[in-house]
Formats: sequence, structure tokens, C-alpha cells
Amino acid sequence: MKIKKQSSLSSKYWLIVLSAGCLLLMGVERFTDGGGPLRFIGNYTVVPMQKGISYVGRYLSDLSDNFDTLQDVRDEKDALQAKVDELNIENTRLRQEQYELERLRELYQLDENYSDYEKIGAHVIANNGSNWFSDFTIDKGSNDGIKVDCNVLAGSGLVGTVTEVGPDYARVRSIIDDASNVSGMVLSTSDTCMVRGDLSLISDGRIRFEKLANNDNDIQVGEQIVTSHVSDRFVQGLFIGYISDIEVDANNLTRSGYITPAVDFSKLQEVLVITTTKKDMTGERESE
Amino acid sequence: MKRNITVFIIILISFLLQSTVLPYFLFASVGPNLLVIVTASFGFMRGKKAGMAVGIVSGLFMDVFWGSSLGFNMLLFTVIGYGNGCFKRLFYDEDIKLPIGLIATSELFYGGVTYFCLYALRGDFAFSSHLLSIIFPELVYTILATLILYQIILHINKKLEAEEQRSASRFV
Repeated sequence: MKIKKQSSLSSKYWLIVLSAGCLLLMGVERFTDGGGPLRFIGNYTVVPMQKGISYVGRYLSDLSDNFDTLQDVRDEKDALQAKVDELNIENTRLRQEQYELERLRELYQLDENYSDYEKIGAHVIANNGSNWFSDFTIDKGSNDGIKVDCNVLAGSGLVGTVTEVGPDYARVRSIIDDASNVSGMVLSTSDTCMVRGDLSLISDGRIRFEKLANNDNDIQVGEQIVTSHVSDRFVQGLFIGYISDIEVDANNLTRSGYITPAVDFSKLQEVLVITTTKKDMTGERESE
Repeated sequence: MKRNITVFIIILISFLLQSTVLPYFLFASVGPNLLVIVTASFGFMRGKKAGMAVGIVSGLFMDVFWGSSLGFNMLLFTVIGYGNGCFKRLFYDEDIKLPIGLIATSELFYGGVTYFCLYALRGDFAFSSHLLSIIFPELVYTILATLILYQIILHINKKLEAEEQRSASRFV
């Protein structure tokens, strides 16, 4: 028993060896894809467990929804009915304008229509456990046609882009993450700006925008910001949010402020992934 | 062998809880860091080597599924496990003050290093706002989670130790 008891190296050397190993891994990652085989293993071991747990969680939250009182449901129904009426009226008006637009486009021979992107739905199965980043894992991957740089929506608003893809899972970095930059544009005036995630604003649920040209266009609080035509990762015209605060910068050349995003990032369960990336679209056009 | 499997399952469950279930119980989008609790407690309960082993596995999970570069959290958690291992001599089962103090220190260390390496080096120097909005809330949550999770780990560890002693005494 005595011989087996102590391994030959003392713990100090183990610490040095392990640290060197980790540093080496970090260095190697610069040159390779990084974690490829491990992520492949994870796809078949940990991700199924996450899917199972989040399935149970969804089931339980559905179950608790069943206990809403009839009164609550009725109130909600009335509110939704009012909304449907309002949207119907708006839809009729917009459809008329749509016909007009198509006619004018034909006249101008512009046939690009950005509104019909191909989408697939996915469930959010895990969030990032550390509080420093804001990304999440969804239960569809390259087997379902998802690629890196695909845009992700929830409801009507932009959520983020796919940063990493496995066979059956994908990681999505949300636009409120500190490392995220989106090229946006004010819908009414087509002025472009940068929408930049900020760690200290995540808890407020706001995002900052910068570098909006301080020109003659009057931009008010409440205007809509969408993804711009100059972005190379985001397809055009995805709704980001409403301006909640705007002011002229000290340099008097640009304006900046805050956006209230259209999506509630703290309660994401289902998302839509646009399977065509901007690169696919621009590449197609080049080859034509 | 049984110990290794049990410890691995504890790490796996903490990891899964932290990424799937806990987000439903968050306030202000900040949550506890269970893997720091697991790594630190095995460090001061079982010594430097065990702490490092648990740390490197926890770090691997974090790097592969949440992190951006493989190796960063592995290194950080190995150091946390080693550092807590140094306090094994001072550790008694009945005393809750030392574990809480050590886990809180580890958590602060984790927060500080993460801020410095991933944010300060990128040119983000708003340390005070990150300290107030991320590091301190996470610390408070982690200490609250410690009160529950640490008791469970301690209990499992006692069971395992009793079993190991029984099987060792059979050879005498």
C-alpha cells in the first residue's frame, strides 16, 4: 500500500505542468479551429442532456401556464383581439402600398425583395453560464442547414448571429453581448449607425448606438432602427429596436444614444434562424 | 474509481444546472457560479491535487461550451483549485466560515481575472461599473448558493471517505 500512496511529482510541479499545458492550448488555438474534436464529442454527450433538461423545463412552464385564471385569459384575449383589429387595418393600408411599390419597382427594374428570407425555428436549450457573456445554444445545427454568420430572430426583432456550429447545435451571440457590433440604419432616413452591445447595459435591457451622422435629418425618440445595407454579416432590414434616447456628441459631427431592443433577451425560448447568410446573397450576385 | 465518477457527475450536474435551469431564477441577468463552488470545495476538502483535477475538468466544460478560447478557464480553475488546496490543513467539517471565505475569495479572483483578461486587455476600463453590475452580484449569489451546494458536496465527500476507510481497513 505504501508504494502506491504517493505519486512521484509534488503538487507544485503538477501546477506548473498543467498551466503550461493550458497556455499551450491557448497558443495552439490561434492557429487552428480550436476545440473541434471536443465540440464534436460534446455534440453527442452534453448537448443531448441540455436538450432533455430544457424540454422538461418547457413542459413545466407550459404546465404552470395552465393554471392561469379564466379572467386573465379573457383579458388577454380582449387585448389581442384589439391588436388584431388594429393590425388588420394597418395591413390593408400596407398592402395597398405594397402593390404600388411593386409597380414602381417594376418600372425601375429593381427586383430584389429582402422581406422573404428562408427561416427555420429552433429552441434555446442552454444559456451561457458565466455572467460575462451573452450567448446561448440552440438545438439545430449544420444538419438543419445552419451556418456560421446566419442571422437569428425572435418574434420580429434581431437577436444575434451564429458564431459556432456543430452537427446538432449552434451557438448564437446576441446583439447585447459586449463583443457584438451591428451596422444599423434609421428606417425613416436611411442614415447608418453602429449598434454596439455593452456589458454594463445588459441588465438594463438596452443597447447603445453610435456614429449616427449629425446631419439635417431630424431623428426623434421612438424611430425604428433596422440592420443596414452596408453590413457584411447581417441581411438588410431586420428590425433591431426603437431609439429611446439620442443626443449630439461633443464633436458635433455624430449622434449617439440608446436603443430599446424589440426582443426581451432575458426570456428567450424559441428563435428563428435565417438560413441564407449575407455572404451567400452577395456571392450569388457576384457570380451572376 | 467510484470517487472519480461521483466527482465527475457533481461537476456535470453543476454545469448543466448553471446553463439550463438557473437562468429561470435570475435577477438582473446575473447568476451564481456553481463550478467555482465545486472546484474550491474539493480543493480545501481533498488537497491541492484533487482541487487541480476538479478545476481542470470544470474549466474544460466552461471553455468548450461557453468560452471563446480553449485553455483560459482551464488555467484559471486549476489555479483556484490549487490555491484552495493550500488551506486543507485549516479545514474542519464543522466550520462554515472558512469555506465561505475561501469560496468568496475564489469568486472574486475569478471575476477579477476574467475582467482583466477578457475586457481590460480589449480596452474596456469601466472596472467600477463591471464590479458593481457583475462581480458583486455574482459574489452574493454564489455565497447564497454555497450555503446549499456546499452542504451537499460535504455530505457526499463524508460518505465517500467513510466508504474508502472501510474498504482500506479490510486489508489490514
